[in-house]
Order: sequence, then C-alpha cells, then structure tokens
Amino acid sequence: MIEYSYIIAFLPLLSYLLIVFFFSKNNKVAHTVSITAILASFVLSVIVFFEVLANHGPHIFEYEWISMPGFELPLSLYIDPLAAVMLLVVTIVSSCVHIYSVGYMHGDPRYPRFFSFLSLFSFSMLGLVISGTFFGTFIFWELVGLTSYLLIGFWFEKKVAADAGKKAFVTTKIGDLGFLAGLLILSAAAGTFNYSEVYHLIENNQIPVIFITAAGILMFCGAIGKSAQFPLHVWLPDAMEGPTPVSALIHAATMVAAGVYLTARIMSIIVVSHSAAITIAYIGGITALLAASIGLVQNDIKRVLAYSTVSQLGYMILALGCGGYTAGTFHLMTHAFFKALLFLGAGSVIHAVHTNDIQFMGGLSKKMPITSKTFFIASLSIAGIFPLSGFWSKDEIFATILHEGHWFLLVLAVLVAGMTAFYMFRLCFLTFTGKPRDEHAYEHAHESPNTMTYPLIFLAILAVCAGWVGIPWLHHGYASFVYFHHPHHPEPNFALMIIGTIVALAGIYLAYLMYYKRAIDPVKMAERFKPVYTFLFNKWYFDELYMGTVIRFTYWFMEVLFRFDQVVIDGFVNFCGKFGLFNSRIWMTFDVYVVDGAVNGAGYITRWFAGGLRRIQSGAVQNYAFVIFLGVVLLILFRMM
Amino acid sequence: MDFPILTYMIFIPLVGMVVVMTMRKEAHNAIRYTSSFFSLVVFVLSCILAIQYDSSIPDMQFVENVSWIPSLGINYFLGVDGISVPMLFLTGLLSFISIVASFGITNRVKEYFAFFLLLEVGMIGVFCALDFFLFYIFWEIMLVPMYFLIGVWGGPRKEYAAIKFFLYTLFGSVLMLVGIIALYFYAEPHTLNMMELIRRNSTYGYTFQLIVFAAFYVGFAIKVPAWPFHTWLPDAHVEAPTAVSVILAGVLLKMGTYGLMRISYPMFPEAAVYYSIPVALIGMIAIIYGAFVSMAQKDLKKLVAYSSVSHMGYCMLGLAALTTAGWAGCMYQMFSHGVLTGALFLLVGVLYDRAHTREIAAFGGIGAKVPLFTGIFVLFGMGSLGLPGLSGFVAEFMTFIGAFNSGYVYQWIVIVSILGVVLTAGYILRMVQNVFLGPLNTRWEGLTEINGRELFTVIPLAVLTILLGVWPKPLVSMISVSIDNIVKMITG
Amino acid sequence: MATLDHYLILSAILFCIGIFGLLTRRNAIGVLMSIELMFNSANINFIAFSKFITPEALTGQIFAVFVITVAAAEAAVGLAIVVLMYRNFDIVNVDNINFMKW
Repeated sequence: MIEYSYIIAFLPLLSYLLIVFFFSKNNKVAHTVSITAILASFVLSVIVFFEVLANHGPHIFEYEWISMPGFELPLSLYIDPLAAVMLLVVTIVSSCVHIYSVGYMHGDPRYPRFFSFLSLFSFSMLGLVISGTFFGTFIFWELVGLTSYLLIGFWFEKKVAADAGKKAFVTTKIGDLGFLAGLLILSAAAGTFNYSEVYHLIENNQIPVIFITAAGILMFCGAIGKSAQFPLHVWLPDAMEGPTPVSALIHAATMVAAGVYLTARIMSIIVVSHSAAITIAYIGGITALLAASIGLVQNDIKRVLAYSTVSQLGYMILALGCGGYTAGTFHLMTHAFFKALLFLGAGSVIHAVHTNDIQFMGGLSKKMPITSKTFFIASLSIAGIFPLSGFWSKDEIFATILHEGHWFLLVLAVLVAGMTAFYMFRLCFLTFTGKPRDEHAYEHAHESPNTMTYPLIFLAILAVCAGWVGIPWLHHGYASFVYFHHPHHPEPNFALMIIGTIVALAGIYLAYLMYYKRAIDPVKMAERFKPVYTFLFNKWYFDELYMGTVIRFTYWFMEVLFRFDQVVIDGFVNFCGKFGLFNSRIWMTFDVYVVDGAVNGAGYITRWFAGGLRRIQSGAVQNYAFVIFLGVVLLILFRMM
Repeated sequence: MDFPILTYMIFIPLVGMVVVMTMRKEAHNAIRYTSSFFSLVVFVLSCILAIQYDSSIPDMQFVENVSWIPSLGINYFLGVDGISVPMLFLTGLLSFISIVASFGITNRVKEYFAFFLLLEVGMIGVFCALDFFLFYIFWEIMLVPMYFLIGVWGGPRKEYAAIKFFLYTLFGSVLMLVGIIALYFYAEPHTLNMMELIRRNSTYGYTFQLIVFAAFYVGFAIKVPAWPFHTWLPDAHVEAPTAVSVILAGVLLKMGTYGLMRISYPMFPEAAVYYSIPVALIGMIAIIYGAFVSMAQKDLKKLVAYSSVSHMGYCMLGLAALTTAGWAGCMYQMFSHGVLTGALFLLVGVLYDRAHTREIAAFGGIGAKVPLFTGIFVLFGMGSLGLPGLSGFVAEFMTFIGAFNSGYVYQWIVIVSILGVVLTAGYILRMVQNVFLGPLNTRWEGLTEINGRELFTVIPLAVLTILLGVWPKPLVSMISVSIDNIVKMITG
Repeated sequence: MATLDHYLILSAILFCIGIFGLLTRRNAIGVLMSIELMFNSANINFIAFSKFITPEALTGQIFAVFVITVAAAEAAVGLAIVVLMYRNFDIVNVDNINFMKW
C-alpha cells in the first residue's frame, strides 16, 4: 500500500473535480462524494500507519517531474513515522469537519462549493504531508494557502471576509518569500531538494554551516507566515471570518500546523545550526506569550480561540527550536484534536445563538449539553490537566526546554500555560455557565443536529486519549515512533509536571473567581489596569503598526513609481515624439519658404509665360491649318527668291 | 521532410487573407468563419509540427533552404528548433482563439480579418525565418496590420496609441537593421544566413560584439518590452481591441525575447557575458517596478498590461543567467505568460463587452452574479501570481533557480526579485477583491454570465495553464536540448 | 496637246480650292470634302509627273492608288465621327466640337 500512498491525497482531489464538474448543483451528492473521499483517505492512512509501524522507513518513492540537462526537479513521496502520524491527524480532523459541515453549512447557497473547497484543501494538506522534497512541500504549501484564501473569503459578500482572505494570503506570502529564498539557497548549496539527500549532506557536513543557517532561518520564515508566528501572526485572528468548520480544520488543526511540520522537517538543520535554533525558539516563545496575552481580553469566541491557536503554535515552535522534535510534533497532534474540538464546539454555539460575542452568551450548558461537555473537556485538555492529552504534550515541551537549559523560555512557557488555562475557562464560564445575558438568543438556542455533535464526541474522546500514546514511561510510545531511529525524549520530571498542573489550576481558579463566582469584578479589573487592558485589547497595535508602515509605504511607493512612469519615462518618450514634431515643424518652415519656394517659383514663372502663350493656342484647327498654309507659302516664296 | 510544413504555415494565412478580401463586404459571418477556418488550419499544422518535432536533436529541423536573391546571398531559409516550436504552437493557438474572440467586431469586418491574417503571416514567419533578410521582412510585416488594428478598431485614444506603437517599434527595428547590416559586412564572405553567422561567432571582434549586441538588444528590448522601453505597451493595450491585445501580449512580446535567444545571445557570446549583469538588473527592475506600477492602476486592462512588464522581467532575468535552467525558465515564462495574459485580456474583454467600463473601482461583488466567470478569472489570476499547479509557478521557479545558481551577484538580484512574487500577489488579489468580492454593486444586477463562444476561447488556455503547471515535462523536454546546446555554446 | 504644265496648274487650282475650303468651311462634311480635293490634286500631280518624267515606271500611279486607299479610310473614319457627333450632340459644326478642350 505504502508505495501508493499518493492515492490518499488524490482521492480528495478527485472529489473536488467531481463536485466542480458534475455535482456543483447537487447538495446531497456533493457532500456524499466529499465525505466518502476523505473517509477513504482516512482508511488508507490507517493502513499506511500500520505499515509504517511495522517498518519505520522512511519509505521514499521518486517521480520525475522536470528533467533536463544539468537540472533535475523530481517530486517524491516520503513516508516516515511523522508523515504517517500527520496523515492520520489530518484525515481524522478533516473527516470530522466534513461531517460536521453537513449540519453547519446546511442551507448555504454555495453548499457544494464549500465541500469542493474542503476536498481541495484536504488534497493539498495531505500532499504537503507526504511530499518528499522541499520543493514539493512548497507546492502544496502554496496550495493550502490558496484554499485557505478561498475558504476564508467563502462568504465574500461580507467585505471583512474578503479583506481577511486577502490579508491571510498576502501575509503568508511574505513568509513564503523566505521559504522560496531558503529553497534557492538550498538548491545552490546542496543541489537537491530531497529530504533524504539534504539530511544526508548535512549529517556528513558537506554543506557550510552559514548556508545551512541561512536556508534554515529563511525556510522557517515560511513557517512563521503559515503558522502565524510573530511578527506575521496578524492574519490568523482575521481569518476567523471564514465559516467555523474551516477555522477548525485549516486555521487550527492542520494548515497552520503545517509550519510546525515544516520546522520539524528542517530539524536536522536546526540541530546543526545553533543560531537558527535559538532564533526559532525565541520566535516561538514570544509568539506564545504575545498571543496568550491578547487572548485574555478578547470577546469574540472564535478570536479567543484563534489567539489560543497562535499561542499553542508558538509552543510547538518553541519546543522545536529547543531541539524537541518529539515534543513539538506530539503537541501538534494533541493540539489538532482538542483545538478542532474547541472550534467545532464554538461553531455549534454560534450556530445556536447567531453571535460570536461571548458577552451575549451565558448559561448555554442547559440548552446544549453535549456541546458544553465536550467544550469543557477540550478546555481541560488545552489547559494541561492530568491525565488529558494536553497535559502530556505540554509537559513534554516543558521538559524539553528544561533539558536545553533555557530558563527564561521555561518561565515564559509556564506563564503562558497559566494564561491559557485562564482565558480558556473565562471562555467556558462566560459561554456555558451563569445567567443568560441575551435572553432572546438564549430562548432560541438549541443543541445542534447529530451530524455536528457526533464529531464533537469523537474528537472529545481523542482530546482525552490521544496524549496517552506519548506518556513518558511508555517504552514504545510516540517518542520512539517518530524520532529518527531511536527513542528520544527528555527524562520525565515530576517537579515540572506538578508545577505545570498547579499553574494551570491557578489559571482556572482565577477564571472561576472572576467569571463564575464573580468574586472579582472583571470590569473593575479592566478599569484598574486600563492602559494594559487597552493595549492588549487592541492586539498590541500590530495591525495599526503594519498599516501605518509597511502597507502605507507600499501604497506610497507604488504611486511614486506610477508617477515616475507616467512623467519621467513616458514623458521622455512623448518628449521624443514632441521634439520630433517640433523639429519637423522647423524643417517644414524651411521647406515651405526656401525649398518649396524655389520649386514653386519655377512653376510661377512657367505659368506666367504660359499665360501669354496660351492665347495662341486657340484650339481651332482651322486657324492652325491657316498658319501652316501661310508658313508653306512663305517657305515657297523664300525659296523662289 | 518532403512536406514543406513551415511554408504552408506561413502562407496559408496569406491565402486566407486573399480569400477574405475577395468576399463581399456585408457577408460578415462568412468572413468570420473563413478566417477562423484558415487560422484553424494553421493551428492544426502547428500541432502536427509540435508532435513531429524530434526534441532529442538540437539542430534545426524541417529546414527549407532555397536560393532567393543570389547576388546578395539571400535565401528563403526556414527551420525550427526547440525555441521556435513552442512559440509557433502558441502563435497558432492564440491566433485562432483571437480570431474567434473577434466575432464581436462589427465595424469593417472584412478589413479587420484580412489584417489579422496578415498579422499571423508575419508572426509565424518571424519564428521560422533563419535568414536575416527574411526575418526582417516578416518582422516589419507585422507592424503594418498591427498599426491598423489598433488605429482603426481601437479605443478613444487609438491614433495616439497606434502611432506610438508603430514609431517605437520601428525605432527598434531600425537599430536591428543597422545591426544586421553591420553583421553582413563584417562576416567574410558576406552572408545573411543566421545559422552561418552563429557558427562564425568566434570570429567577431570584442568591441564589434559589444556595439552590435547593444543595437540588437535595444531593438528586441523595445519589443519585449524591457524596462525602460515599456511605455508603449500600456497605451497600446488599453486602446487595442481585445483580440489584438491578446496577440500583442501573447505573441508579439515574445518576439523580443525570441530574438534575444535566437540572435543576440548566440551570435555575440562574449557580449552576452559582458552584459549579463546589466540585463539581469533590468530584469529585476522590471519585475519589481512593473509590479508596483500595476498595483497603482485603476484600469483593469492597464493593470494586466503592466503585469506583463513585470512578468517579462522574469524572462530577462532568466536569459541573463546564462544557465540552462534560467533559459528554460525564460522559455517557459514566455509560453506561460502568453497563455495567462492572453486569457486575462480575453476575460477583461468579456467583462468590458458587458459593462462598457474597465475601471476597477466601478465593479465590486460581481462574483456572486457571475460565478463561472469569476472562477475562471481567479484561476488565471492565480496563475499570474505564480500559484503552484499552474504554469506561471514552474516558469518563475526555474528562472529563479537558474539565476540563483549563476553566481554571487545574481543571488542578490534574485533575492530582490522574489519580492515581486508578493507584490504580484498583492495587486492580483486587490484587483480580484475590488472587482469580484465584497457586496454586490447594484449597478451590475443585470450582468450576464460568460457565454459559450467566450468560454470556448478561454477553456483551451485554462487547460493549458493547468497542464503546464502540473506536468511540465512535455514542454521542458521539447525545449531543453536546444536550449542546452545554445547555452553551452555561449558559456563555452 | 496638254502638257505637264496644264496638269500642274489644274492640280494647283484644285489644291487651292481645297485649302480654301478647309480653312473656311464650318461644316465638318465640307472640311472632309475639301481634304478630298487636296488629296486628289496630289494624285493628279503624281500621275502627271509619272507620265511625263518617267513613263516607263509606274511608281506615281501606285502611289496614287495608295493615296486613294488612305483617303477612303480617312473619309470613312471621319464620316463615322461626324455621324456620331450628329447623332449624340446634334452638331456638325467644327467650331462647336470642343469637349476635349481644357
């Protein structure tokens, strides 16, 4: 099976084509085709997973793509344990989201199109996972960007949605520039894009470290864009304008995690280059803190989750920067499940109350028991409470950072864990407990249909259990599976586990006090720390900063260049033309008065003579004959004399 | 080769033109179908040519060489290699499509189609000719119908645009002519045979090469158009009728780069190396500059026109790199840009026919009204911004890799050039958003969906774009041997 | 007995009548007839000279026959033109035939 694993990716593509060309008007067939395709991919992924379990590989299959003298650009499949895990994660979450969307998107006028886009996304994402060259990864990398753009702007009649799509595309594209530049450096330094060959060259020290560092950091720029890391994190919260299933699938579980996946793929680069590793770790750390702090005060349920996503992605990047291949990818997996669950739960809530603002929710647990229970489970998981999956992966990250000895980053990470617990439970309490703050919405709220709740339940199970594969005492667990050849994870550290749990519980307790017990009034708190609150509420003013500098400069520069084009370059061309005309006018004057004057003068003189002579030319033949006759007579007389 | 396919390709449109001229003026439909028939025949021949072409041999194929004016050593000398075959195919395809797309022309139909067929004669001739005299004749033949097509059937400022186009390109042609004459007299014995002149390229003096290369370069750069010789392009595009814009962008611009690949670089290898950095810089400037200026445009057609400047910059960059990958990227970009920009102009024309405006700000939200049209437009827009899976990406990537592996200076040039990728994304998405997304502008409630004939013109291009994007092998293998041969000859 | 002089005088008289007619007639047919007179005076000259100067050769007579032929052709063309003129424009007066004049 494994040599045909490209089928996993191509099934959704087939579904996309089928829907676009044949079923673009038929809702039922469209979602059936789409779901069938992704479920089939899931089944195949499971098969591939077990094959990889038996033989870790990596299994590499190369296909010729571009081939010319002196230049080869192949594509390949690269199935190693990480890819197998990712295949599972992506197909599971994607299947859940597909099924969920049947309920959520019900009645949308562009329903088949939505499913076609979901299929296209699944294709791109799966392709990204199984691709065996950096170049192939880049191709799918851009394709997921495209589908993200299409899906964020799915309701493009809303200007904000269209804007958000554009922002997402352009912002990630800026990161992709780095990726592209990194690829070019790689091509110059290594002459190949194949994972295995690049790894091999690096292991044998055949590439100068300077190139490795440059390529590593530049390719990581791609991850910064895609995984919404500081300073390119600004697009992800806006991307929440898309339909909620999309946010769950693309902007929480899979696509944004592609950056983490890529970073894991350049792990051998990070290992070699210390400066690249430090850069990556700090960017992850800063992002985690930044996003968590903003998440504390936001009121839009999806945006809170979005910032939470950014923050968790920061965690993963941080772990990878510290050399925690296992920790980073492990958190990627667990996060995919519980964050998808959170988003789908939020979607369920939004579906019920038709608002995103948590200030208008409250008390929904009575109306939506399944949603609220699963949401609570996911929140506990993300907060890192024993023994849910989030606990294990987060602990792994802490242990990795400790192992590397980055104390500052460790404190930061623990702090972020507390903040995460706080804002997640703020969200839970405000949404599901207490008194309804909007009676009208509350009245109309109802539990979502089965197509939406079943995926929630399924994901809730995973949010609880998925982490168990990575329990540090497990000998053949996750760590030994994904890592290159041998088990790799730092020693389990009880102290860290306890500290992590305490911090998480403290965060939850604070949220409990503020938003459940109302022992501390959040409004008063906001008043007291007004500058901080405003600063956080306005997302550290990043949007304004970019608006005021980069974008403004671009617009200004484009106007300047356009003016330059019009005035200077085209002006010169037109000047040449005008100069030519002017010149020609001068010569025309000369021509008219001097050259032509001479010609005309000759003409005038001739005409003057002719005026006299024409009188002789009477045209009467008989006159001429008479003259001829006279002439003859004269000649004869002359002769005779 | 017994069947002189190239001669047939050149002269069938000419026959078509004569036939069209003998038809009754009022028989509009007959004229339309006759001319599309003739161009279809040429297209079929170009397909046959592409299939029959043996891409494993770097030499000229389908050669026809007949003495024409022996006293001056002028021959009727035709032949194709891996550079010209794709261009001939593109010309055949785009000519046919443009002629079909011109069915909407109602004013002086007979003259229009006659000129169009004449234009096709010139285009095909340029890509086949291997004798300078013949080459120059075809090169100039194109100018005349183009001048009239813009000047008679164009927009409000058509006279200005037509004259600007004509004089500007004529200026280039004259420089080229000077170069040709210089070469003729420099070569001993005098010859106008391009292959022969290439073979003797090592005998030309260094200074001579530098000067004549510059003359040829300016001649071709105006056609490309390379920065800063590009300003005729937006005017010509904006005023020209849709189909003429398609040909202009799709084929005429490629003649500049084709000339550089066929003449300038192989004939003056030392000058090519000498000038490579400036040419690469010009390419870089064109990429960035064109993208910025595109972003500032308010007219849809002008935006696409400036995007051509930007995209042709990639060609210059790839050429200057003097590596096989760079040249292949350039060649690929020529083909891909012809397809993409041709299609974009067609689509802008479709919109203009309905809305009678091309102002971006006048639209908004029409994506909900015309979903199919929007889908196709976005497809080509994405191709233009270099989305993987579509042809533009392959071209850009090969160009970048080719240039990047060419040396230290190029690496910096490429690093700056890739900024163009994000700028392109910026202006394309801005345009897509302002035209198609957002709330529907009520003015366009009555906008109708793209019709069958229009669909017929863009579908082949869409298929080609996707095909070239996902499966570049056929085109790459067609061009690579010839290109490798030339590049090896230049770099020694 | 008539001598050469008599013939020459007759011929001169005829020629003068012809010239006079040519210069003074306004009717195209009259002009044509005058021209015929001049032709015939020349014919008389030819034959007279032939008879009195070189009686053994027939050159003069042959020339006269030529002239008669040409005259006949000329008369035919001229008359045809005149008839057409008359039919189309209703004129035979040479003064009025000036359409070709600039």
